[in-house]
Amino acid sequence: MKQNVRTDFPILAQQVYGKPLIYFDNAATTQKPNQVLEEVSRYYREDNSNIHRGVHYLSQKATVEFEEARKFLRDFIHAEKEHEIIFTRGTTESINLVASSFGEKFLQPGDEILLTAMEHHSNIVPWQLVCEKRGASIKIIPVTPEGELDLNQLPGLISERTRLIAVTHASNVLGTVNPIKTITTLAHQHDIPVLVDGAQAVPHLTVDVQDLDCDFYCFSGHKVYGPMGSGILYGKEQWLDALPPYHGGGEMIKEVRFSGSTYNELPFKFEAGTPDVPAALGMKAGLKYLLDQGFEEVIRYEEALLQYATRALLNMGDIRIIGTAREKVGVISFLVGNSHPYDVGTLLDKMGIAVRTGHHCAMPLMEWYSIPGTVRASFALYNTREEVDAFIAALQKVKQMLA
Amino acid sequence: MTIQEISEQIVSEFSLFGDWMDKYNYLIELGKSLPMIEEKHKTENNLISGCQSKVWLHAAFEDGKVIFTADSDALVTKGLVSLMIRVFSNQSPREIIQADLDFIDKIGLKEHLSPTRANGLVSMIKQMKFYAMAFEMKG
Repeated sequence: MKQNVRTDFPILAQQVYGKPLIYFDNAATTQKPNQVLEEVSRYYREDNSNIHRGVHYLSQKATVEFEEARKFLRDFIHAEKEHEIIFTRGTTESINLVASSFGEKFLQPGDEILLTAMEHHSNIVPWQLVCEKRGASIKIIPVTPEGELDLNQLPGLISERTRLIAVTHASNVLGTVNPIKTITTLAHQHDIPVLVDGAQAVPHLTVDVQDLDCDFYCFSGHKVYGPMGSGILYGKEQWLDALPPYHGGGEMIKEVRFSGSTYNELPFKFEAGTPDVPAALGMKAGLKYLLDQGFEEVIRYEEALLQYATRALLNMGDIRIIGTAREKVGVISFLVGNSHPYDVGTLLDKMGIAVRTGHHCAMPLMEWYSIPGTVRASFALYNTREEVDAFIAALQKVKQMLA
Repeated sequence: MTIQEISEQIVSEFSLFGDWMDKYNYLIELGKSLPMIEEKHKTENNLISGCQSKVWLHAAFEDGKVIFTADSDALVTKGLVSLMIRVFSNQSPREIIQADLDFIDKIGLKEHLSPTRANGLVSMIKQMKFYAMAFEMKG
């Protein structure tokens, strides 16, 4: 990892309320390096054209770049085939795609979908929608007080009506990294496919979908230094082949007649309409940026920063950390004494520190912990120990003010 | 005092503070002196939606005036709530409906009026005006 990585991120140089910006809201979205900004703008300046159908020079160039990005994504998550990579607008759209198409084909009244208590609303609500339509129901794998999945419960929760297990790779609230392989192994013994929400894992872990042996994997580019509106769905070929299309439109068809249409092959079957080409190219640029820094080194750096921040917080006293799993990504959720997270976040903001407060789109998890929400600091490769020190000093002030 | 007079009083109080920290300390203090809502009024029905922090608002109509009491589980929110109560409580429905609230901007707390702040100040003001309209119609 190079020394002056922060200079790649122009947004970080600014001041807010006259104080240097400390951006600790990376689990919501990361900032974008120049390499990504330039790639998106270069595409519009040099290559903009609609892809896949044009016979002309620009269209072919744009098509090649788009498909190169797909291959890059395949390699990045270690998928077997490039047509197992579907470009989407992000994790949420990817999950909605699977929930809708899988539900239509495979869910019958009385069937069950297994989720975990630590899912983001994006991995709850799409399943609720489809279960309601199909007369299926949702069962929940509970979490332990430390914030790990209680996998002892899993065998008892699987029934002959279980049709799919959807689980987050890393929790956006607790930081917990879940043992996906254990889950896929057990699930596959019962021929149950597993969908993994990788939104919080991909920025911080090397993902190998073949090793995890998951059937679907979803993530968003904007949480890994890429543009908003970028993301992918990975699906094993046999599953993607088995699912009906999600959206209809151009690109996803082979032949259209008013008597009926036939659908295009993978991956185009799931990519109706003009895709967000610059977002896909920008996502590739963001991931490439991460790899260029030395992903292993970034992982070690973030791990050390997480430990440093955790220790500093605990040393302050009167801090309750929510989520103390053995394996965590760079996310710390905490409460300061009896203070409301909203107060803490509002006052930190006035000192130039961006954190997230509230339920983090995981209301069932908040309910389980019986808390109104948390303050969440989440890190990226450009965050520093000096920023953590400033954050702790600011928190001390906040504590005094709210005492 | 009229709404206008109270607003001016608040603006002059806040003008004493040089930096944001004094201002927020004062806001938090104000919150602590909020006319507390009676426990029995802290109901699901009186909760104002759209807030990260909980805000309960109760309104009564006595002698042509609207009496507001409220509470919140967050201190900054409570401070904001207390300002609104100070301005609106004990006023006639007509005055509440017609009030313009530029004092919030003048004391440098305009950012809390942004609908994305999720502190519920906007929803609370709306709710207070709704109560005033309802009381005026009953009036």
